[in-house]
Amino acid sequence: MPGTVQSIERAATLLHAIVESGGQMGVTELAAAVGLPKTTTHGLLRTLLAVGFVEQDPRTGRYALGAGLLGLGSRYLDANELRSRASNWADSLAGRSGCAVRLGTPAGPQVVVVHHVFRPDDSPQELEVGALLPAHATAVGKVLLAGRPAMARALADGPLEALTARTVVDPAVLLAQLQAVRGRGWAEQRDEYRLGTGGIAAPVYGPGGLVVGALGISGPVERLFADTARPALRAMVVEAAAAVSRELAS
Amino acid sequence: MTERYVLAVDQGTTSTRSIVFDRAGRLVAVRQREHRQHFPRPGWVEHDPEEIWANTQLTAAQALRDVASAPGQVVALGIANQRETTVVWDRATGRPVVNALVWQDTRTGPLVEQLAARPDAGLVRERTGLELAGYFAGPRLRWVLDAVPGARARAERGELLCGTMESWLVWNLTGGTDGGVHVTDVTNASRTLLMDVRTCRWDPDLLDFFGVPAAMLPGICPSVGVLGTARALPVPLPIGGALGDQQAALFGQTCFAPGEAKCTYGTGSFLLQNTGTDLVRSRHGLISTVAYQLAGEPVHYALEGSIAVTGALVQWLRDSLGLIGSAAEVETLARTVADNGGCYVVPAFSGLLAPHWAGRARGLVAGLTSYVTKGHLARAALEATGWQTRDVVRAMDADSGLPLTALRVDGGMTTNNLLMQFLADVLGTPVVRPMVGETVSLGAAYAAGLAVGVWSDTGALRRNWHRSAQWSPDPRRVAALDAAYPEWERAVRLSIAWGERA
Ligand SMILES: Nc1ncnc2c1ncn2[C@@H]1O[C@H](COP(=O)(O)OP(=O)(O)OP(=O)(O)O)[C@@H](O)[C@H]1O
Ligand SMILES: [Mg+2]
Repeated sequence: MPGTVQSIERAATLLHAIVESGGQMGVTELAAAVGLPKTTTHGLLRTLLAVGFVEQDPRTGRYALGAGLLGLGSRYLDANELRSRASNWADSLAGRSGCAVRLGTPAGPQVVVVHHVFRPDDSPQELEVGALLPAHATAVGKVLLAGRPAMARALADGPLEALTARTVVDPAVLLAQLQAVRGRGWAEQRDEYRLGTGGIAAPVYGPGGLVVGALGISGPVERLFADTARPALRAMVVEAAAAVSRELAS
Repeated sequence: MTERYVLAVDQGTTSTRSIVFDRAGRLVAVRQREHRQHFPRPGWVEHDPEEIWANTQLTAAQALRDVASAPGQVVALGIANQRETTVVWDRATGRPVVNALVWQDTRTGPLVEQLAARPDAGLVRERTGLELAGYFAGPRLRWVLDAVPGARARAERGELLCGTMESWLVWNLTGGTDGGVHVTDVTNASRTLLMDVRTCRWDPDLLDFFGVPAAMLPGICPSVGVLGTARALPVPLPIGGALGDQQAALFGQTCFAPGEAKCTYGTGSFLLQNTGTDLVRSRHGLISTVAYQLAGEPVHYALEGSIAVTGALVQWLRDSLGLIGSAAEVETLARTVADNGGCYVVPAFSGLLAPHWAGRARGLVAGLTSYVTKGHLARAALEATGWQTRDVVRAMDADSGLPLTALRVDGGMTTNNLLMQFLADVLGTPVVRPMVGETVSLGAAYAAGLAVGVWSDTGALRRNWHRSAQWSPDPRRVAALDAAYPEWERAVRLSIAWGERA
């Protein structure tokens, strides 16, 4: 296997061996099972122990799978749960900004709207929960792409669709934007999805620090990007997203 | 001009929330803490009043700290509370003599059946506008006085005090044993079976009927008006209002005009329609209750359809069956199937309230076949909330003669889109959610803010109301659910019949 890192490969083999044993294994047993010298095996196990991927029985000295490994799979956050936890702060953001609010999560290379609060002007509006949005052309999408490299890679595989003349279709430009989004903690989009409208969004973090969603407002460009309103709106979005992250951590 | 904020405490069945709102009615800070549910025997549900008092102090202090650096000042406190839950405590020590008897507690069932057999029992409905049912506070007080040795004599001497949760909190907030104010708001008092709903005074005949000494009762106050100063918080605040949680939600939804209605979806669900200053008596199984009263103004009444178990059924799926990890996941599970698979759940865990008032009914799952999966059960559990709403909406339409044209909703279950769409379809009307889902707290804040002049009048509050979401009925589903409604009604009849077996 060219291009693989030998020690990671060996560590994975060790973990598989522990799984196959159905419980605990001693270092000699493990060394034999994976065909490595005992000292090498011991070194690998010490590192796995340090990152919590294996645990050692203090009585017998035998190794079992660690809690850190199990934690990796529990990052999954139910979308309905996310909506339920975000609801108060999404309401408050809509009230404060006067804009419609959407909470998005990744759906392959796209964004699925898991929560939508109407623009608070009592005009007729349609609930868009479940709708898919293009990630590269929306503020919520850019936040997710910035926080989820795998999603960005999946998107970069295909051509970027031009939804307006302002849509970013050059992957290099998009990647540079994502870099900037990661640095400052919010994303903007102006005329890139539909002419005349824009968006501002910020990341929502799960308890493990992974970006699990993007909370954003959208509205007419002249409203969102007026010099007088723009910094305040950004601050509101960032604050509301941080409040949801805190809610998820509690 | 600095912003003025109002702190609301929503003392609920499962938790206590302290929320700070700004003048536009937007949530600024929220802190929440759950308390323990005690189930000492089947059908008994208790809370520890001291734990609730501690949680109130803690969450209020946290919320106040959250806004300490914000450019504004908190100027009043409003309280909303779980209704009918009854506390009896010692005036001298401030200690409860028993745990609080919670509104879901059914221990007074036999007592209520005995009382209902008395020749003068008709008095109760006539004077209170309520049903003679174990759901209300009066029979619980009677139970405590009978069960705790020496309690009756001590109550008669004025050594014991009683009240619903807002009473307990106001007494403690205003000093407790050191000069605490012993009052209840008129909406809570209207749910005791002890108050004449027209005069809004404790009724001597009712006190006789239930055997409750007047000396232990709190003074009845308007819901909007300063009750005293909360001294037990980091900053002293005037307590500007108190209401039962469902009345608070009606207030928070700004249903100030006759005919305006809301339904709040939490542990249970409660449809309330403002009937103005007229007391309207239901002929279809609803109850008449006080909606609110502004100090110095006449009382406003409401018709109410009370449903005991809606969100609690979702909690049961989570805690007792372990089908889901959190309440919101019920939607994920329900969406694994396209329909209820022929399954109906009647969650009559502690009998059925409106419009049936069948205290002995018990829950059932009807239509089980080997085809039914946990997804169908989840769906049927959510649908039970919709069907029960249809039952009370139908009663309300019949009483008022004006069919509901849209339903205003709030509460924790309204973040469930599957349920909200089902509701629109099963009622055949649009379902509208306001910008503040925490409408109970908002109503308490509005009441307190009105009392101290944060808002000039109810008109100012109305301008804060905005729609955050709307679900519209799908005509095809409406027709299908109309056709299925008799199935639900049949399941309800079976659950009532099950309880009637001797
Ligand atoms: N997404 C959801 N889908 C279905 N049910 C939900 C959902 N979120 C919350 N619930 C249910 O709603 C209830 C919580 O809502 P809420 O906090 O408004 O209740 P509550 O009645 O105010 O609580 P309390 O009784 O403490 O006052 C719980 O019973 C829970 O099972
Ligand atoms: Mg509540």
